[in-house]
Amino acid sequence: MSKVIEGLKYSKDHEWVKVDGTDATVGITDHAQDALGEIVYVELPEVDSQFAAGDDIADIESVKAASEIITPIGGTVSEVNSELDDSPELVNEDCYKNFVYKMRDIEVPSDLMDAKGYEAYLATLK
Amino acid sequence: MMDEFAPDMIIEPLLVEKAVAGRRGYLFPALDVPAAPALDSRYARTGSARLPEASELDTVRHFSRLSTMAYGVDYGFYPLGSCTMKYNPKVNEEAASLDGFASVHPLQDEDTVQGSLALMYRTIEDLSELVGMKWGTLQGCAGAHGEYTGLKTIRTYFLHRNEMNRNKILIPVSAHGTNPASASMNGFEVVQVASDERGLVDIEDLKSKLDETVAGIMLTNPNTLGLFEKDIRKIASLVHEAGGLLYYDGANFNALMGMARPGDMGFDVVHLNLHKTFSTPHGGGGPGSGPVLVKEELVPYLPQPDIVFHKSTGRYAFKWNPKTSCGKVSGFWGNFLVIVRAYTYILCMGSDGLKAASQHAVLNANYMQAALRKVFPVAYDGLCKHEFVLTLEAMKEETGVSALDLAKGLVDMGIHPPTMYFPMIVHEALMFEPTESESKDTLDHACEAMKSLKETAYSDPEALHNAPCTAVITRVDEVRAAKSPVVRY
Amino acid sequence: MYSYIPHTEQETRAMLDAIGVKSLEDLFSDVKEAGCLLERPLDIEKGRSEEQTLDIIRGLAALNIKGVSFLGAGSYDHVIPSAVKSLSSLPAFSTAYTPYQPEISQGVLEAIFEYQSLICELTGMDVSNASLYDGASAAAEAASLAIADKRKSSRVVLSGTMHPFAIQCVKTWALGTGREVVVLPEKNGVNDYSSLESLLDDSAAAFIAQSPNRYGYLEDFTGVADLVHSRKCLFAISSDPLSLAMQKSQAEWGADIAFGDTQVLGIPMGFGGPYCGYMAVRQDLMRKIPGRIVGQTVDTEGRRAFVLTLQAREQHIKRERATSNICSNEALCSLTNVIYASLLGWEGLKEASSQSYSKAHYLAAGLKELGYCAGAGLAPFWCEFPVVFKSPEKLEEFTEEMKRNGIFSGVKLSRITLDRKDDSTLLVAVTEKRTREQLDRYLAIAKREAR
Ligand SMILES: Cc1ncc(COP(=O)(O)O)c(C=O)c1O
Repeated sequence: MSKVIEGLKYSKDHEWVKVDGTDATVGITDHAQDALGEIVYVELPEVDSQFAAGDDIADIESVKAASEIITPIGGTVSEVNSELDDSPELVNEDCYKNFVYKMRDIEVPSDLMDAKGYEAYLATLK
Repeated sequence: MMDEFAPDMIIEPLLVEKAVAGRRGYLFPALDVPAAPALDSRYARTGSARLPEASELDTVRHFSRLSTMAYGVDYGFYPLGSCTMKYNPKVNEEAASLDGFASVHPLQDEDTVQGSLALMYRTIEDLSELVGMKWGTLQGCAGAHGEYTGLKTIRTYFLHRNEMNRNKILIPVSAHGTNPASASMNGFEVVQVASDERGLVDIEDLKSKLDETVAGIMLTNPNTLGLFEKDIRKIASLVHEAGGLLYYDGANFNALMGMARPGDMGFDVVHLNLHKTFSTPHGGGGPGSGPVLVKEELVPYLPQPDIVFHKSTGRYAFKWNPKTSCGKVSGFWGNFLVIVRAYTYILCMGSDGLKAASQHAVLNANYMQAALRKVFPVAYDGLCKHEFVLTLEAMKEETGVSALDLAKGLVDMGIHPPTMYFPMIVHEALMFEPTESESKDTLDHACEAMKSLKETAYSDPEALHNAPCTAVITRVDEVRAAKSPVVRY
Repeated sequence: MYSYIPHTEQETRAMLDAIGVKSLEDLFSDVKEAGCLLERPLDIEKGRSEEQTLDIIRGLAALNIKGVSFLGAGSYDHVIPSAVKSLSSLPAFSTAYTPYQPEISQGVLEAIFEYQSLICELTGMDVSNASLYDGASAAAEAASLAIADKRKSSRVVLSGTMHPFAIQCVKTWALGTGREVVVLPEKNGVNDYSSLESLLDDSAAAFIAQSPNRYGYLEDFTGVADLVHSRKCLFAISSDPLSLAMQKSQAEWGADIAFGDTQVLGIPMGFGGPYCGYMAVRQDLMRKIPGRIVGQTVDTEGRRAFVLTLQAREQHIKRERATSNICSNEALCSLTNVIYASLLGWEGLKEASSQSYSKAHYLAAGLKELGYCAGAGLAPFWCEFPVVFKSPEKLEEFTEEMKRNGIFSGVKLSRITLDRKDDSTLLVAVTEKRTREQLDRYLAIAKREAR
């Protein structure tokens, strides 16, 4: 069973969002990291660049797979987790602790799921 | 940059690691004209380059030893699905080595290269007849390059017809990765078409996706499961009715020579792989050649220059068509010496031999499938064409031994593994393409090997997790290679 | 029996029985049901014996005429040591597929690793791929890479002095895709940079140039990298790899992408192919470079091993999101390159390069002395230079007379530019392979023609 955490919002592309006022933190879910396998590389977005919800914002790669991170929210990148440059495997170790990027001035679409909703969504993928 | 390895951890040192300062492997005669004044320092290189310093014999031994750590068709069975690893006749090599071909410059006057032009012209003629098309180009340098070229020709055709709304290419989920990649390189949007329970194009799904934004569909027939698309004529008329074109990826054409032609099925554009169907060697990953053949309406949009024959003078010539041609896709005229090999093969086999080759390729595949069906489930069972796909999912669940493990076990039995994990719609897939080159006893031996490996999987799974054990190395750490890449010395 | 099909009649019979069909034709019942069976023989002649085949092939080869070659424009008659052909045609190399199975492909993989290192050493760049189709198509790959690297970009700026066929390849790549190719004007046979800054607008992703350029001149890229980078674009330079033994490398000019064609490193002219494209980039573009890459790793015993790596960039994983569709490349040609460079070493490459340079200058000086307008540009050249005749007819007379004497005296510029105004310019290339005697004969005929 993939781990899902209460209090976060989730997208169908398997990203999680932690909203904090007009700021937010984004990462990939346990389901996503498990599907990718051992992660060898994360390409991070540039700080201060702007994205709309649904844009592809970062790339994440394992030996046998590559996936885009589709940003579930719009906003301006305020910070990236540069630890992932040298240690991309941190995402495998704890994908909820090791975020990918943070945003400010965010716009949060209404169709993001809560933990329950995401769990139900995962069940439909089986 | 490179990590240090203890000497016994290195199988064959790089030649540069054995460099002896001042040693040379080739000597030029002394300069016999006055040395020109040095290049202006603004342009002159200051840095040097670290290259091997080796004698000719050092170099010969190094590369000869490396060649003992490689595996080619000349060494044994190579049933790599979708790659048509047939025998590469030696006469092809003799033909390509002829000085009259190998030493000719691409921009010599046309009256001094009539042999080359005639050979290319006749190759296009024969290939067009084989696939049922009007004419073609030889500029594509591999299969994927042929796809790029063929789709560019389609793009240009629609451009000239003012139909740039046709922006989508339909591609089955089972397609090779180059298909969607070639489509997006040409600026097309890729739309997936589902497969039905037989592994063929799902007609209802196709219908739902056809409209005036569709430029065409890319198919290989037989498809990547080795199955003939029975509804191909229906598919063709549906796509044509919607105003789209049909693209044929010829990677699997070894199943059909002399038996069926893409042109007759309704395809408009075809690329062939001379390095598969037409017996030219793969070279460890190239050079190949990917000619593109098209129906009459598309001929004006092919890359330039075209090759023409002037009946009145009996001469061949290049012809540039800047008004309609899509332009150029490679430097000169294509991988000519590969084309020489393929034409030699066509001459030698002839219409009867090419047909027999396809028949025996299909015979071999069905024979192996019949034997292996008793060992592993066939992913989509039935009459196959030149290849078939097994699924090892059940074995994986029951023993933990994967398709990869089994493939590595084959290495220890002197057989090159089949294609693994492709097409993506089959779990734990192994795709076998025996080709017509192999004899019954080779196939029997391979089937026995598969059977005994399956037994091992159930009796001693660990042995297969550790396979191969007879190669110069054991399994490699791919994560390490990708995480902290060392890609040069 | 047919050539290359081992089955005896008895074996075929036994195999058909095992499958449960009556005849070879029955194996195509699905094709027949689909209404696709070809009901007539192909309109291609019947098969032949090996000797009959060779007769025809030799006959075609004999129709080609050879001469002492001063032809260049993208293909050059350099010396090829005997060991090159003999080693590169070893069947374990030539009849292998792409090295997907590292355990039985270490030889191929290590050779590619040596090739990648060779390209990095010559260009000064950090990462090379395992090869591309050829130098001209590599120009389109460089453009693709740049567009993929810069978000929302659509334009590439090409130097107008690049080989016209490479420019065509990039224009073809852009055709019908919404991408835009603009060409920087030239002046006196080299780039005129006065409009470069304005051409590099916000939609631009790269400036791509070539040196030696289409005329053989060396480009002066002083300050260009800074300008290009200030516009947030990538700078790509195509160079003849043998010229890099003398002229500044792409890294020394500050380029981000180095590419070109390695035909000059041991590959026969072969009427234009197969050749081999090289591409190398700076470290930070490593995961954007197209094509295969071999990396070093270890096996389970800790031994050094090589393997195809960084595959997440490639079409078989990324599919429609891959920036390039390349799958098979030109592996055997890159092997040829690394064998050639191993035999010559750096000293040998410098010698081949500088002898070509000296011999080209000897010929150009000789022609000038005879009153020819040879290498008249302001920029220096390496082993190739243009000769401008008074009229297309004069050029024709000159080359015909040379041909009668067994000399292919040069490539008419209009053969590659397809522009009538270039009908009276001849591109003359000289390699280390040309002897003093051949150069003097060229000059002697030129002297007769000059009268
Ligand atoms: C179905 C199919 N299409 C395309 C290709 C690509 O061909 P190439 O490697 O010659 O570019 C392959 C190669 O394996 C293939 O199997």
